[in-house]
Amino acid sequence: MRQQNIIVNKIDWLTVILYIALVFLGWLNIYAAVYDEELHKSIFDLSLNSGKQLIWIVSSILIIIVIMSVDFRFYDSFAYIIYGFVMFLLLLVLVEGTKVAGSTSWFSIGGLRVQPSEFAKFATALAVAKYMSKVGYKLTKPKDLFITGMIILIPPLLIIIQGDTGTALVFGAFVIVLYREGLNPAIIIIGLIAIALFVLTLIFEQQTLMIAIGVAGTMLILIGKKKWKRILTIVAGMLIVLSVVWSVDYFVNNLLKPHQQNRIKALINPDADPLGYGWNVTQSKIAIGSGGLWGKGYLQGTQTKFDFVPEQSTDFIFCTLGEEQGWIGTSAVIILFVLLLIRITMLAERQKETFARVYGYSVASIIFLHFMVNIGMTIGLFPVIGIPLPLFSYGGSSLWGFTILIFILLKIDAHRMQVLLR
Amino acid sequence: MVDDNRKYVIRFVFILVGLIYSLKLFQLQYLDDTYGPAAEDNILRRIREYAYRGIIYDRNNNILVHNDPVFDIMVVPKEAYVEDTMLFCDLLGITKEDFIKRMEEAREYDMFQPSVFLKMLSKTDFARFEDHLIDFPGFYPQARSLRGYDHNSLANTLGYVGEISKRMLEKDTTGDYKQGDYIGISGIEREYEIELKGKNGVKYKMVNVRGVVKGSFKDGKRDTLSVPGKNLKTTIDLELQEYGEWLMEGLAGAAVAIEPATGEVLSIVTSPSYDPALLSGRLFSKNFAVLAEDTLKPLFHRAIMSVYPPGSTFKPLQALIGLQEGVISPHEQIYCSGALVGDHAPPGYYDVKKAIQKSSNNYFYIVFRRIINQGLSDNTFIDSRLGLEKWSEYLYKFGLGHPLGIDVPNEKGGQIPNPDLYNRMYGENRWKWSTINSISIGQGEILISPLQMANYVAAIANRGYFYTPHVVKEISDAGKPRERYLKKHFVGIDSVHFRTVIDAMEMVVEGGTGFRAAIPGIAVCGKTGTSQNPHGEDHSVFIAFAPKDNPKIAVSVYVQNAGQGARAAASIAGLMMEKYLTGEVKKIWIEQYVKAGHFIY
Repeated sequence: MRQQNIIVNKIDWLTVILYIALVFLGWLNIYAAVYDEELHKSIFDLSLNSGKQLIWIVSSILIIIVIMSVDFRFYDSFAYIIYGFVMFLLLLVLVEGTKVAGSTSWFSIGGLRVQPSEFAKFATALAVAKYMSKVGYKLTKPKDLFITGMIILIPPLLIIIQGDTGTALVFGAFVIVLYREGLNPAIIIIGLIAIALFVLTLIFEQQTLMIAIGVAGTMLILIGKKKWKRILTIVAGMLIVLSVVWSVDYFVNNLLKPHQQNRIKALINPDADPLGYGWNVTQSKIAIGSGGLWGKGYLQGTQTKFDFVPEQSTDFIFCTLGEEQGWIGTSAVIILFVLLLIRITMLAERQKETFARVYGYSVASIIFLHFMVNIGMTIGLFPVIGIPLPLFSYGGSSLWGFTILIFILLKIDAHRMQVLLR
Repeated sequence: MVDDNRKYVIRFVFILVGLIYSLKLFQLQYLDDTYGPAAEDNILRRIREYAYRGIIYDRNNNILVHNDPVFDIMVVPKEAYVEDTMLFCDLLGITKEDFIKRMEEAREYDMFQPSVFLKMLSKTDFARFEDHLIDFPGFYPQARSLRGYDHNSLANTLGYVGEISKRMLEKDTTGDYKQGDYIGISGIEREYEIELKGKNGVKYKMVNVRGVVKGSFKDGKRDTLSVPGKNLKTTIDLELQEYGEWLMEGLAGAAVAIEPATGEVLSIVTSPSYDPALLSGRLFSKNFAVLAEDTLKPLFHRAIMSVYPPGSTFKPLQALIGLQEGVISPHEQIYCSGALVGDHAPPGYYDVKKAIQKSSNNYFYIVFRRIINQGLSDNTFIDSRLGLEKWSEYLYKFGLGHPLGIDVPNEKGGQIPNPDLYNRMYGENRWKWSTINSISIGQGEILISPLQMANYVAAIANRGYFYTPHVVKEISDAGKPRERYLKKHFVGIDSVHFRTVIDAMEMVVEGGTGFRAAIPGIAVCGKTGTSQNPHGEDHSVFIAFAPKDNPKIAVSVYVQNAGQGARAAASIAGLMMEKYLTGEVKKIWIEQYVKAGHFIY
């Protein structure tokens, strides 16, 4: 009884409400995405994704009850075991998994399909939090930084082997967590410069870019003081930049698979081949753009209803929202997400333990990355990377994964005052 | 804990991304208005609903032209997918190379918009293909109709329908036509195009990404229904028409039958002709090329386009002008020695009736001289000019010298010699009666079409007036022909004079050269003629009407290179009148005589 009271009284209801709102809106939009006028099936029909999603929603409630019932210390204590178990599943799926759309990332259990990589997110978050909360941990210590990096990088490597690059990229979100915990911003800035160079390389011809870098470097040398040390630094910097440009070019043209190359090309110039690799982005933008300010009305979207947008109920669910609810709808959902993210960082900040704070920031970062990449790709600001919109997209594993991620935080948060009692 | 600003930096990044996205969405959804139409383009398919072309009936409500449903196979290249090319080609009866070529053409036209892949698949061919349609996404049928015929006559008058040409499309001001639409190109189909075509409709359907139709767009608010064309009831008697064409088989020439009381064309035969079905459907171009090359010119509508000297059939007209001008009187006996011109009629005294009956060339020489030289001027050249002027005015009133204005395109007007013509030929004041006297017996510069001949006979049958001949008597439910066909045209000859000429024409059939045209129990009035042909055998000509009182039919028959009018032309005219008036032909021997075809002996 005492346990129950604590949950009801101390749980952060604002987060719960935002969670419920996003899940409910997602469910309505999943129905809109698969709705077929001629068939007149209800939203509860189990042959539709909306019906199935309802099962996932109900089962998520059961998961929430379980999470809330387990002792809050469990997640701290069992962090490495959970991490180890999920890593085992990631290995096992390579052997026992079912191949779906080119990726071996699914277990088929009966009629259901489970994607262990969705659970790797919260498991990694727990493990990182656990490791970073150890006594004497310092990000400036190379050993600590290295081990933290390993914990973060092992799951995405396994996921890349499965063939699901999109989900692997999500683990880049931990950079935000590390930043919060004191990572030298220079590393992040270098990373951002690398990304900028990457994009520039894709947009411009390699030769043009190299000449531009050469000219810029020469000008820097001519303008400033002509000291040997300074000149050497600039030349060295130029050489590094040039090698990055060259390797990006090599990476894109030689190492990426054709479909990945195309996704990047589509981002840069979707109009070059609107029927080929630009199809998804073009149709997605048409769907959202045609929604206007107020939208076409619920179940009235033609782009989604007539299958012009691919993956409508999963990765491109935002199109349905944009087309039927217009800018009002999309902005409302963006506000809900930003509120959720801010609220989670607030929860994280009020934790007394490093473990809980790091975990809280992990949750926020992972949701943020999904949010940014998923919506970004539907409006043509990101390449098409197949990751779902948290809580909104159709998919059991995804919904379960985010539910676990959020509600472990809420459970820990509800008990934050008890930490001192330990 | 590291510096506290970092948590704000992170929150700032979250808010910033949310804000950037919201602004980008505002641009995408509100500011940029190209996406709405793009979404409509995706799902909208314009489906043209071709209007049913009006049906054409004969005067007894037999169908002359109907519509046969055919199907154009359309393709949307983006959606097209053919797994079994062999089966596909087999079903449509095309070769693989053909398939590749057609697909390429469609792709070049537009990837997303439908274009015609294969035209005019017949109903049965389409039924075969339809069973497999589901296997060939991106292909769909477009219902259209072709002109169909249950008979094989009247081709040149009905005309044909064909795809509108680029030039016609450019000239079109109605905006009703699109490339690939059909339009009447000749005959009634062209003349009554506006009435027949109706109005095409458009249906907007929504299709999904695979091109499957998912329903109408906005509940069909933008759709327009097709309006069928108006039906036409023609004046043609199909039975008479078919009979006339049968008689003329193997002969070159024309036969026109008119109902004098109304100007309605009962039958308009031109020979040789063709089966109208040849110029409808997929083999149009091939068949058209063959017909156009044919040295017998089956596409040439002789009844309205060929003109030639009328020969002796001109004599009743000459007599009427003489009587009206008062240069002869009905009972005046004129001695003809036969010295003026070669003549079949023996020398002796002739009154006008006898002159017509015996077809006296010398008599009409004298009559014509009296018409031309009435002594209005002492100068014989001027006198001749004044006379000819008066004479030609009479002929114009009979509908000669200019197109009559029948509702079949490309009618020729022929030629009536007037002072201008001879001034051009010989110079002003350099011609007189003796220069031009060959026209007194219907030879020389007079050129008349078979239609004009029939019309002039109808005017005689009416004792002084005619209605412009026409082939359409009712446009849809209006129940009447075009306004101008309801107007009486008087020829300017007193009705009393007709009595004389008509009596004479009766004698031609009862006891003269026109005996082959006689119908037992019915008084037939006619006149034979032989149109001189310097290039070969003379042309056989005959005009007639019957019955003498209250005439029901007036005919002109013209048979090329068949010699005297008394033979081929008179026989055919008589048979056609008998057929029309009595419903059956009793003069089997005449029929056999015509079908045997030995007219020169």
